[in-house]
Formats: sequence, C-alpha cells, structure tokens
Amino acid sequence: MIRNSTPHRHFMIRSLMALASVIAALSCAVMPASAQEPLRATVNQGVIEPLPIAIKIDSAATNASGNLGTQISKVVMADLERSGFFRPIDPNAFIQSQLDVNVTPNFENWRTINAQALSNGMAFIDGQGRLQVDFRLWDVFSEKQLLGMSFTATPENYRRIAHKIADAIYEKLTGEEGYFDTRIVFVAESGGRAKRIKRLAIMDQDGANPSYLTDGSYKVMTPRFNADSQEITYMALRDDSARIYIFNIETGRQETVGQIKGMVFAPRFSPDGSKLAYSVAQGGNTDIYVMDLRSRSTRRLTTESSIETSPSFSADGSTIVFTSDRGGSPQIYAMNADGSGIRRITFGGGSYSTPVYSPKGDLIAFTKQSSGRFSIGVMGADGSGERLLTSSYLEEGPTWAPNGRYIMFFREPPGGMPSLWTVDVTGRVERAVPYPGGASDPAWSPRLK
Amino acid sequence: MIMTLKTLSKIALVTFVSATVVACASKPKEEPVAPMPEPVPTPAPMPEAAPTPAPVAPVGVIPGSQQDFVVNVGDRVYFDLDQSGLREDAKALLDAQAAWLVRYPAVKIRIEGNADERGTREYNFALGARRAESVSQYLTQKGVVPARISTISYGKENPLDTTASEDGWAKNRNAKTTLTEGAQ
Repeated sequence: MIRNSTPHRHFMIRSLMALASVIAALSCAVMPASAQEPLRATVNQGVIEPLPIAIKIDSAATNASGNLGTQISKVVMADLERSGFFRPIDPNAFIQSQLDVNVTPNFENWRTINAQALSNGMAFIDGQGRLQVDFRLWDVFSEKQLLGMSFTATPENYRRIAHKIADAIYEKLTGEEGYFDTRIVFVAESGGRAKRIKRLAIMDQDGANPSYLTDGSYKVMTPRFNADSQEITYMALRDDSARIYIFNIETGRQETVGQIKGMVFAPRFSPDGSKLAYSVAQGGNTDIYVMDLRSRSTRRLTTESSIETSPSFSADGSTIVFTSDRGGSPQIYAMNADGSGIRRITFGGGSYSTPVYSPKGDLIAFTKQSSGRFSIGVMGADGSGERLLTSSYLEEGPTWAPNGRYIMFFREPPGGMPSLWTVDVTGRVERAVPYPGGASDPAWSPRLK
Repeated sequence: MIMTLKTLSKIALVTFVSATVVACASKPKEEPVAPMPEPVPTPAPMPEAAPTPAPVAPVGVIPGSQQDFVVNVGDRVYFDLDQSGLREDAKALLDAQAAWLVRYPAVKIRIEGNADERGTREYNFALGARRAESVSQYLTQKGVVPARISTISYGKENPLDTTASEDGWAKNRNAKTTLTEGAQ
C-alpha cells in the first residue's frame, strides 16, 4: 500500500509550501508562473540538455529501514536518467553528506557540483512496520522548494515508492505526465529459434519484478492493455488453433473470447474497454471484426479479399487504423469505427504495418520496412509528417507509454533473441529495457492507481 | 496529520488490490479450448527378463505412414517472397500429395502456412493463412475431400531454417502438410 501525506514535523511556512506542492502534483496542475523563470527540463526545444539533478534519499539512523534509502535513490535516478530529461549526479560527488529533510539545504554545496535540482528525503520504518519516505524537491538556484511529499508502503514495495517519487519529480520539472509507476506485459521468449517457448509475462517498466502469467505449453503473442483497467487481451497459438483471450491481471481470471470460426488474432480493446477489434483468417482471407464485449455481438468491418489486420482505435474511439495489402503491399489505412470511409494514409516507399494510436491521439506509431531494414516511426493521425525514430535488422511492435512521449518496441538481431527498447518521440533518447531474457511484443500499462 | 487526502482510501484500496495481484496472477486458470485426450494408462514395469534377441525391423518404409508421406511424396511446398500463389514445382509435389491422399482415404491432414521473418508478426499470420488456403484449394481440386483438410497459419513463429539469409528465408516461406489422423 502506498499513501500520500506531507512530511512530519515542519515549520509553518514550509508546510504551506508543501501543501501547495502536493496539491499541484496530485492534480497535475501547472504551477503558476513566478516572476523568476521556473526550473524546467527542456521539452520540445531542439536538442535535449539533460538537467543535472542530485537525488539523496537517506535511511533513518537507528531504524530498521536498513539501506532502503540508497535503494530508492538508485531506482529514482535510473528512472529519471532513462527519460532523457535528467542527468543524475553521481552521489560520490556530493559535498554535503548530512541532509535533514526538515532543514533547508545549504544550496552552495549543491551549486558547487552543478546540480540544478536537488531532491532529498528520509526513509524510515514507522510504528506499524511500514516504510515511509518523506522527500522534497528544491530549485538549487532560486533556493525554492518545488515539492514536499510523503509516501508510505510495505517495505517490500519500496520500488513503487521510488517510481512515485520519480513521477512527481518528472511531472514537476517537465510539465508532462509521469510514467514510471507503470508495468509492461510482454512475451518472454526462451529456447532455440525453431522451438521458441513464448510465455506471457509482466514486470515493472524498468524491468524489475518479472513474473510469468502463462506456463509456456502454448505460444502467447501480441498482448494489449485495456486503457481503462488492468485487463489485457492476447493471442494464443497452438498446433491446431489461434484464439484470443481476455485476462484480468488483478483477479487472474481468464476467458476465451467467443467461439469464432477460423484463426483469430490481433486483438485490441477500444479506448473505453467496451469493444474488442481483431482479425479473423477464414478461407485464406483475413478481415477485421469488432465485438461488443457486453452483448458478444460481432460485426465484420472489412470485406475485401486482401489482408486486413493489426487494428488500432483512436483515443476517442471514432477511428480505426489498420494494415492492409489491398494496394499490393502492406500499407496503413484508416476507417470510421463502423467500417465506413476507408482511406489509405501511408504513401512512402516500402511497406507499413502495426499502426498504434498514441494515448493523446495526435500521433500514430508504426513499423516500416524498406531497403531490407525495419524501423519504428511516428506520423500524424492523417499520415503526414512521417519520422523514423529507430532502425535495425528486425524491430516491430510499438506500444505507447501512457503519457504519449515514449514508445517501447522489440528488436531482434539476425538469428538472435529479441529484446525490449524504448525511444522517445524525438528519436533522440533510445534505451534498452533492463530485462535479462528474450522479450518481445511489449504492452505498456496505464498508470497504476 | 496536516491534510486529509480524499484519494487516500482509494489509493489504499487500489494498491491493496494490486499488491494481491502477483499471487493470483502467477497461476492463471485457463479455460480449455479443446477437450484433453484421455490419459493413457501406463503399464506397470515388467519384472526383468532375460534378454531375447529382438526381431529385426523390416527394411523400408511402411506404406501409408507419416514416413512414407514425407520420404516418398514430400510434406512441404515453397513460395516466393510475399506470395501465396503456387509455383510449378509446388503443383507437381501437391499432385503427388493428392494422389497419395486419395490412396489412403482414412488420413486427415492439417496444412500449416509459414512465412519468413521479413514481415511483422500479425501480417505474417495472415500471409501464412493465404498459403495454407492455396494448398487446401489445390488438393481439393485434385480430389481430396475438404472435410479431411484443416488449415492453420504459424506466421513466422515456426521457422524451418534459423539462419538469417536469403536461403533461410526462402525455406521458411512454405506450407507443410501434417498427417493428423489415420496414418499407418
């Protein structure tokens, strides 16, 4: 369990500041502009200059918290670093080793090591055996407090506290929604290329706490989250069938979706979670269908003899983009959610597939193949302004972080194991997801609550 | 406590639920799609007997067997890049498959469409389905009753050759005929 409160014991003025900061952080409101230029990590302004930040969460002396403060600091630093907006300063460079979370820091010590922001805090075990972390975020140059918050959880949940702290710092300094307190459902791959075992698995967005959700007796692919809940849909491939399932991560309940004739694959939820779009291959022809999950009634949306697959709903549910080879090669098309008004939106060289609308609705991520290579790219919802973000021998399967700024995908070297990567929408911040095994088909969860 | 957060109880509830998830989620219950085959009773181990000379297996392939089909007919046909139309070499092999299947009418088959890795996962499922259907239609034209044929696509998930080369990819663009019932 994690809960918010303000730090214990503080002076009147600071507690008011803390109160304002907590409210601002919780409501995701932008702080009112002050006379002084506010501290900001640069967004959308040419080359990103990562903001130097010092993170120092201490563990209470003579307390059972052990080295949890250091552990939490490491998780916060790694989260912020991978975002590309921050350059966490090596703690060995810190001049001030003693910091009291309830005393204003000596800012000169932090200016000397070029820190522009400082987040200090204290981790301790409270009377109920729970881990509490009080922390503050400071603008080192204006010497103003930007945040003062507290989180509580069971000690084994310390990483979630760290992700929530990282989210709070990220939101305060970039003005964008945080995305660190999220999870990834993916396909864990093991074994040789010809006899690959593909299991559904889940982990934190930073690769920690991985666990399997299926036993590997059949192949699992293409999981997708319901944006509204902790529910996923995926495809299971057996020797003689391809079926789609809905799986609730919170309850462990799993159900097969309908008795549909033919091969069923490529399932996706509508944004409100009420419908499922998917493909059915029957008699060699693949088309897109949509099912109302309450009534279980189905509707066929495409009828051409060409391949129509990989559907993705727009954020408002009004449009579905998909892959079709009706023009001779795989390209991306859009249609109204009832199947009317089909129009092609990609016209570049090469082929395009697996379109995915961003949660903000402004961009579509896709996989492109050209000149013998695969790329992950983004374009406007009408297909304009295509930008390729990454390129390699084989990569596909883009999924969006809930804030619409990062894309996770998988990459497979020739003859090798696939692995997960993230890239931001500018293409400048590319990082491997620290998960040690083979991994493909990532699906990024909505933010945990 | 300086402030009471309205969201406190909600956060506590939701995080409690998610904290209990891992235990539940680690063993999902799966609803069976097809009935499981009856378990075959295992005979109790026989007491050790003096070794006796075993009869030598007959040389050659049993007619009407899986081995007969694979060795004397061939179980795979190959396709050109991003194509599902049958090549002439594929038609010749499928003629032989059809003749064999007409000779052994108890045999049922599953045609498995496959694709190389130079396409996305989902598109390749659709492409493999097309290839399986091409083979199914051809065998039907040559006299194999449709009720004996099922089709599936494995997309690019079951490669025959795992080398990342033109040769390897060409081998992986295929449709395999697997005998599912009635073989000797």
